[in-house]
Amino acid sequence: MLAPLSWLKDFVDITVTPEELEKKLFDCGFEVEQVIKYGDKLDKVVTCRIEEITQHPNAEKLRICQVNAGKYGRLQIITNAKNVEVGDIVPVAVDGATLANGDRIFNGNLRGEPSYGMFCGGEEIGIDDNFYEGASFDGVLVFKEDFPLGEEVKELLELEDYVFDISVLANRPDCQSVFGIAREIACVLDKPLKEPSVDFEVTKSCDDVKVTVKDGDLCPRYIAHLIKDVKIEKSPRLISRRLALCGLNSINNIVDITNYVLLEMGQPMHAFDMNDLSGREIVVRRAADGEKIVTLDEKECTLTSENLLICDGDKPVALAGIMGGLNSEIKDGTNEVLFECAKFRRDNVRKSSRTLGKSSDSSKRFEKGVDEYTTELAMKRALHLVCELKAGKVTAAHTDVSAGKQQENKSVSTTFGQINGVLGIDVPKDVIINILKKLGFGVEVDGEKITTVAPPYREDVFGYPDLAEEVIRMYGYEHIVPTLLKDASSTAGGYSKEQKDELRLKRALCGQGYSEVMTYSFYSKKDVAALDLPEGADEGNTIIIENPISDNYEVMRRTMIPSLLAVASRNLKRGNGEGRIFEIANTYLPTEGFPTDEKHLAIAAFGAKEDFFTLKGAIETIADYFGLKFDLTERAQKSYLHSGVSAKIKLGGEVIGNFGQITYETAAKYDIECKVFVAEINYDALKKHFDGAMRFEPLPKFPFVVRDLALVAPMEMTSGEIENAIISSAKGTVKSIELFDVYTGAQVGEGKKSLAYTITFGSDEKALENADVD
Amino acid sequence: MEQKIAEIKERIEKEVAATKTSKILFELKVKYILGKTGEIPALMKELGKAPKEDRPKLGKVINELKEWATEAFANKESEISALERQARYEAEKIDITMPAKRGGEGSLHPVSVVKGQLIDIFAGMGFKVSETREIEDDFYNFTALNTPKEHPARDKQDTFYINDDLMLRTHTSPGQIHTLKTVEPPFKVLIPGRVYRADDDATHSPMFHQMEGLVIDKHITMCDLQGMLDVLVKKMFSEGAKTRFRPSFFPFTEPSVEVDVSCFECGGKGCKLCKGTGWIEILGGGIVNRKVIENCGLDPDKYTGFAFGLGLDRIAMLKYGINNIHILYEGDLRALKQFKE
Repeated sequence: MLAPLSWLKDFVDITVTPEELEKKLFDCGFEVEQVIKYGDKLDKVVTCRIEEITQHPNAEKLRICQVNAGKYGRLQIITNAKNVEVGDIVPVAVDGATLANGDRIFNGNLRGEPSYGMFCGGEEIGIDDNFYEGASFDGVLVFKEDFPLGEEVKELLELEDYVFDISVLANRPDCQSVFGIAREIACVLDKPLKEPSVDFEVTKSCDDVKVTVKDGDLCPRYIAHLIKDVKIEKSPRLISRRLALCGLNSINNIVDITNYVLLEMGQPMHAFDMNDLSGREIVVRRAADGEKIVTLDEKECTLTSENLLICDGDKPVALAGIMGGLNSEIKDGTNEVLFECAKFRRDNVRKSSRTLGKSSDSSKRFEKGVDEYTTELAMKRALHLVCELKAGKVTAAHTDVSAGKQQENKSVSTTFGQINGVLGIDVPKDVIINILKKLGFGVEVDGEKITTVAPPYREDVFGYPDLAEEVIRMYGYEHIVPTLLKDASSTAGGYSKEQKDELRLKRALCGQGYSEVMTYSFYSKKDVAALDLPEGADEGNTIIIENPISDNYEVMRRTMIPSLLAVASRNLKRGNGEGRIFEIANTYLPTEGFPTDEKHLAIAAFGAKEDFFTLKGAIETIADYFGLKFDLTERAQKSYLHSGVSAKIKLGGEVIGNFGQITYETAAKYDIECKVFVAEINYDALKKHFDGAMRFEPLPKFPFVVRDLALVAPMEMTSGEIENAIISSAKGTVKSIELFDVYTGAQVGEGKKSLAYTITFGSDEKALENADVD
Repeated sequence: MEQKIAEIKERIEKEVAATKTSKILFELKVKYILGKTGEIPALMKELGKAPKEDRPKLGKVINELKEWATEAFANKESEISALERQARYEAEKIDITMPAKRGGEGSLHPVSVVKGQLIDIFAGMGFKVSETREIEDDFYNFTALNTPKEHPARDKQDTFYINDDLMLRTHTSPGQIHTLKTVEPPFKVLIPGRVYRADDDATHSPMFHQMEGLVIDKHITMCDLQGMLDVLVKKMFSEGAKTRFRPSFFPFTEPSVEVDVSCFECGGKGCKLCKGTGWIEILGGGIVNRKVIENCGLDPDKYTGFAFGLGLDRIAMLKYGINNIHILYEGDLRALKQFKE
């Protein structure tokens, strides 16, 4: 929200510096994002009158002017401008002057003739036609006024100003206007508030304005007023200047009044050319499906019954709250104007604005919310301005339609104790009363009880906590004295066992060289396709986001493997040739009713040093950490895992995950040329087995005996099968078994392999003799 | 025989002196003393052949020789072992300026690290940790949090929808509702987790992390909120850190505040990090709105509380000086490996 200081001063006598004002606003909840300074650079650009003009002896295009510059005396100025004549009052930058853009001007010499300054155009002063007619002309600005000579132009034209760009909180739409901010400033500076003038003279006429509101749910209030004998002209400088400071162009007096009221009061208005309104009436109704309107921007919109229209006796003339129709706009020849001041339902304006892709200052303002009190006040203010600007005659033709009952001012009955109970400090009673009164609240006090009535423009005050907030933001948050939950019960804090387990798991993986990554919970349909899933695979049955910001983030992931492959790929492309990563996060299952979050653990290892067994090591580490035993002996059947280099992860007979090498086809889709090994475990299923009670296993009473053993076996026999055979034949005496060599070659014969194990034997009953072992 | 004894002594003296290694010394010792056929034991055997009257004298001389030789060997042994020890250390000397060998260690994600630090601080103040679902319905994400359909707060939230009712949560605040509906007050809870908003630029990521804090009890005040946050910033940033409240608006708290911490880079003097203001915005909070308590079936006249929500990514970025939020989600190991717990 932009609020020029000069405009705010219409309503409050602001004597503090702009910096102090910024601080005050900040403290009471209005952050000033920036203060834009105008005319602050311009210096020593003063008025002068041209007394005499002669031709420059040495240059055809230059003329020598003798000027009277008041206290700067009689100066000789050389100019190439053709639009100046003797008697003109023009701006001149004298020796040492600074222009609006910061450029400096000094005495000089042009083709042998001295020049003691430079005439200025609008650009040098930093103004254009919006501010001063003729200022956009490419030449010297000639003033129309009989200004005193030798005076600073920035003072004569009131160029110096500060525009505050204020961020207004969503619950304070009443502050989305210059006057709204002025109300807050009056309170925070403890100064009286000057209300805007809303008186106007009514010219008698027998005209009548008929307004019918058919869809009152979308239009709770509609006020129309007729102005006759309108003379469309340019607005006075004050109006166009203020509009310009707030980023709006001046159009003509009538349109400018509606925009001025929007900025000042925060109420959007519209002006119709009454002669274009058939039947001289207004009908507010929902559009018919497929109905069309051409708006002021000369574009045609096709509407639905969700859009609200302002119509005349037979056709649409405006898109309610968003934009007027081209068919009834104010033209140079307009002589009868109908002002509209209404409250449209904010969510309907927002929805229409979004769906039609059409937004305006009016629709943006309506979306924030307007109150009916201001709707009424704003119409009066506009009519006052019509009189002040002599833009036309205000008739008595006024129609005010309220659908449903008018809003009531919000009343709160509470105690001082309740207000202070929220804050935790004792704000003195009189301070509370004074602050609330200054904010426009009606206040009644009965001992400890206090009853307040919020001003009509405050729709955000429901109970005593709201009053507490009003009090403390004006009293100052610096009065809050930190206490550490002094009246609170003590509660036991900390992680649950489940949360501790997850941390342990992460640390275990870190210890194995894996770095934790966090990847987006969504990816693209291409990521799903990269897995080459068979028809009906779980991983392909996903939740889709209705309104993703891009196709890349459309699918809520069911498996984390594509996410980790993307990370691996990114690392490889950036020259990180190897890496170990993991992530614990939710995956999302489309289940009946509410979707289910399912936590997964995904691990990946890539690079020349990695193989199936390094990843297997990581998985076994997890088992060790939690005293579990995974069965990793069955081959996995996943379309994206290498059929010969992958395994199921089984726990207690249940498959809780898979791991192995990513197929070359899937890897290629991520531009990965090296081998990548991944594991994905259903963490929710895994954690059920974390029973947590770690038990100490007593040390054996008798020493272990260690033997190395080499066995020749058929090629297709797995190491797991051989280990099982050894264990079962040793009748419970095998404590550990470790494969340390595999040999295939001529010495063991074709189709065979030699496996060498280190086996540790031990018994709890007796010391094993070598003979027992052998 | 006496001559022979003298000759042996002379040889031992010469040979021991010439010896440089403990191995050769030991061989000499075997040759003269230890071996069954060693020269000194051999002399002992020869003694029997000597004339009877000479035996005591000779025996004494041989014993003296043995004692002398034993001592000579012992001396030499300690001399050699000292040298050898020194030589071994010398030989094993390395270039200590060569690069350290590191590796093997993985790393926790910076968001995890910051989350852990915060939880540790709050756990000491009696907070438990709770994780709630990421896909929420309209009731939990908005309505119960006093954000009805037409509420201004919804204007700002660009929400990812699954269907008309379901959405990816836009904040961790729905966790407040889950807790209020299931846990008997008084309680203190933290709800960390992933949240989603349709925003993607250098400072916004469509997925990021928040942590909600909620305290429900009797007689909770704004002073308690500030007191607790003071502890937080002192432990998280520095002993001298201060907090500042300024008015704000959230539908689910009233009063609502934005909380700034005194800039930990410049100590409040004003620098690039705090954009010259001396303060850095770190979280939002306030007194739990009575309507929220009511919406969860509790009596707002009986229970009060405060809530706050902070961006874990933002804290991590501030604390470690990360300038682009996407660093957190790209998984570049060169970045991630820099973070230690």
